[in-house]
Amino acid sequence: MPFIPHTETDVRAMLESIGVDSLERLFDEIPPQLRQIALDVPPALSEMQVMRLMQQRAQADGEWASFLGGGAYEHHIPAAVWQITTRGEFYSAYTPYQAEASQGTLQVLFEYQTMMASLTGLDVTNASLYDGASALAEAVLMAVRLQRGPRRVLAPASLSPVYRKVVRAIVSNQDIELIELPYAPDTGTTSLESLARWEGEQVAALIIPQPNFFGMLEPVHHLTDWAHARNALAIGVINPVAAAMLQPPGAWGTNGCDIAVGEGQPLGVPLAGGGPYFGFIACKLAHVRQMPGRIVGQTADAEGKRGFTLTLQAREQHIRRSKATSNICTNQGLAVTAATIYMAMVGPVGLRRVAQACHANLLALLERVTALGGVQRRFAGPAFHEAVISVPVAAQDLLQRMREDRILAGLDLGHDYPELDNAVLLCVTETKELSDLDRYAQAMQSVLAQMQRAAAA
Amino acid sequence: MNVPPELRYSETHEWTRLEADGTVSVGITWHAQDRLGDLVYVEVPPLGKSFDKGQACAVVESVKAASDIYAPVSGTIEAVNVDLAGSPEKVNDDAYATWMFRMRPSDATQLESLLSAAEYEKLIAAEEH
Repeated sequence: MPFIPHTETDVRAMLESIGVDSLERLFDEIPPQLRQIALDVPPALSEMQVMRLMQQRAQADGEWASFLGGGAYEHHIPAAVWQITTRGEFYSAYTPYQAEASQGTLQVLFEYQTMMASLTGLDVTNASLYDGASALAEAVLMAVRLQRGPRRVLAPASLSPVYRKVVRAIVSNQDIELIELPYAPDTGTTSLESLARWEGEQVAALIIPQPNFFGMLEPVHHLTDWAHARNALAIGVINPVAAAMLQPPGAWGTNGCDIAVGEGQPLGVPLAGGGPYFGFIACKLAHVRQMPGRIVGQTADAEGKRGFTLTLQAREQHIRRSKATSNICTNQGLAVTAATIYMAMVGPVGLRRVAQACHANLLALLERVTALGGVQRRFAGPAFHEAVISVPVAAQDLLQRMREDRILAGLDLGHDYPELDNAVLLCVTETKELSDLDRYAQAMQSVLAQMQRAAAA
Repeated sequence: MNVPPELRYSETHEWTRLEADGTVSVGITWHAQDRLGDLVYVEVPPLGKSFDKGQACAVVESVKAASDIYAPVSGTIEAVNVDLAGSPEKVNDDAYATWMFRMRPSDATQLESLLSAAEYEKLIAAEEH
């Protein structure tokens, strides 16, 4: 079957029947200046030429020891995960049309939802969203709908700068006020003093990142209770691997977090230059009718046999039209299939071990680098698998010099946090061995010595 | 057709009844529930909230559709029917005995502009054609 279903004859016949002489004419209402976009597309290559080009590009990328985090994380992915995910029965990025005919796909999504509900400690999750940042924007919109009144949302500066930008882009024209809460300069966590300013004000929701962008653990119980005491909803933004080791959002504070979202990439999805990843969202049962996206439910068929179905569809566009909970009407099916297989393979105990290995590696790396002159932890308190260090030279130059040793040593925080000059966000996962940590510390030591010698000369 | 003569109606298929305490009970008509099919959820408005006449203030969800319920007059929500949370099917069982919310009208003259049973019957008949 051809991928383009209309032959030229078909197209001509259709144009003729509506009395139009060319396809171009159908686009007449688009102003010509908007249509004059020259696409710089090179000529077609053969498969052999494409393979060669891709190999050259892969070699140009090189082999790196990566200590970069900041939202996407390198984890070991068991070979079986993608072996199974890419089976023909699963190999579609898309949500099934005539959904109930695809019982296998629906069952995978149902298992995924069950696992994520267990991981977040909340009642229900959907079949996924596009990525962590847009999942947070959906959570903000959802909280404002649930509140039916207040439209102010508190977003701490310790939340990922990328997430803050994406949320702002999506909600700023919907009459929602995003307020940035500063972080405490000593702990790198949400400043509790700054919350006092909002004591008597109407607040729809408080966003709580755990761990936060600096890798630090926020006082989630206190923050959740603070929000609830002021009739605000608590939105947790979590790392799903860290969640295996930390208390789940459903257990935060006296009554638990209301909505939890995050980036699903750490669960079996490769870094792949930035995507595709997937976002997850979970909430309390009472809030489910305001949750966006597809939800798979378990049911019984006419013969009483177990089956799966899309449920609560009155939230969605094909029924509720412009008043749907979201424009999201799909899910990241393929990435979610990989995540489901990943979680099934490692299991809850295995995921906890991954988290513990990450954390132990972070502590081991911090021990090595803070032994170097002038290198210190920037913030005090517990961290998960990322932390901020202060360095005695320009962070950007240090990172550049360490690249010469094939080490991606971390993220220069000066771009997004000008007050954090000479600060590096580093990350270690279970993929590193102690020899890698030694190599990092040695490279940093020698680069610092060179730079300080050069500065003294 | 089931259109009790003692009630007043909106063009968007809500029925209203003026209660002795001056509040107005609001539900959806037999015709509306018949068109929607089995209801699975009723989202009632928040207590104490004010709505303008014609503003969406509640939602009914059936197995095949979701529809807004509009305030038939301007006013404040004084009571909501909490029984509906657990048994939305009551609306299908007896549409006129099942009120969804009670409003205190801010302008009593608006009640006069609502449809009589005869006018509502004509509206339905017109919509059928």
